[in-house]
Amino acid sequence: MTPWPIDCNELVELVTAYLDGSLDLDDRARFDAHLLECDGCENYLQQFSATVSTVGKIPFDELDPAFRSRLISAFKDWR
Amino acid sequence: MTRTTGDEAALVAALKNGDEAAFVDLVDLHTPAMLRVARGYVPSREIAEEVVQETWIALLKGIGSFEARSSLRTWLFTILINTAKRRGVRERRDVDVAVLAFTGGTVDPARFRGSDDPYPGHWLPSEVPAPFPDTPEGSVLSKELIALARRELDKLPERQRVVVTMRDMLGMDSAEVCELLNISVANQRVLLHRGRAAVRQVLEDYLRETT
Repeated sequence: MTPWPIDCNELVELVTAYLDGSLDLDDRARFDAHLLECDGCENYLQQFSATVSTVGKIPFDELDPAFRSRLISAFKDWR
Repeated sequence: MTRTTGDEAALVAALKNGDEAAFVDLVDLHTPAMLRVARGYVPSREIAEEVVQETWIALLKGIGSFEARSSLRTWLFTILINTAKRRGVRERRDVDVAVLAFTGGTVDPARFRGSDDPYPGHWLPSEVPAPFPDTPEGSVLSKELIALARRELDKLPERQRVVVTMRDMLGMDSAEVCELLNISVANQRVLLHRGRAAVRQVLEDYLRETT
């Protein structure tokens, strides 16, 4: 039994669920079947994954030394 | 992607004994992320710092009875978010309703073929996505993309920004984020997907112009 097909404009809304592994097995099969046939969606998935990894590389702001000292003083008061 | 591992049990034990070095380690490990998350709820960096300081003090007061049923990080961020919400000036809308009521797509519908086309809903030939180039760590392009992503992340609606920050910057999993924000799995996913999709669009626009 082949699952009914999925269109590109539907696939793009399922990418986060796909990457999280939270699609049900029928939807996952439809998603995978579509990817095999469609370079555009395969590229979209690649763009999306690259985006997630880029966001993962955003550095946090450096901790302001004065604020860090305030926190350590708070610890000394507590102790 | 997880940035917060380490021997947590040992740190907690040291903290209970009043070990300053353990506290400093924890502060260095978590404070930058705490500030970023707190900033999603309050109007200024100064208030975010107050929220973070209050959170650390609350953690110290409670550490004696901490039983490691949840991770220290989850506990810390639970206190943080409760404190930040109390200090936040923005009223809390009914997020669940607001999220589900919005049904628009995350990709411009004009990029897809219309209903009169033999392949409705498929990419128009001129709109087919191209893969993003490989960007070696530290390369100019990589730095530009990270800066762009950061700017776009800051522009996202508050709830999307908080969810994307927690999932993709802090490396939390879906269950942890749902617990911390008290939202359903489905809404967590919608917020995450919308936020990521907005960042993706900005990166795609930039790469289409420059490459």
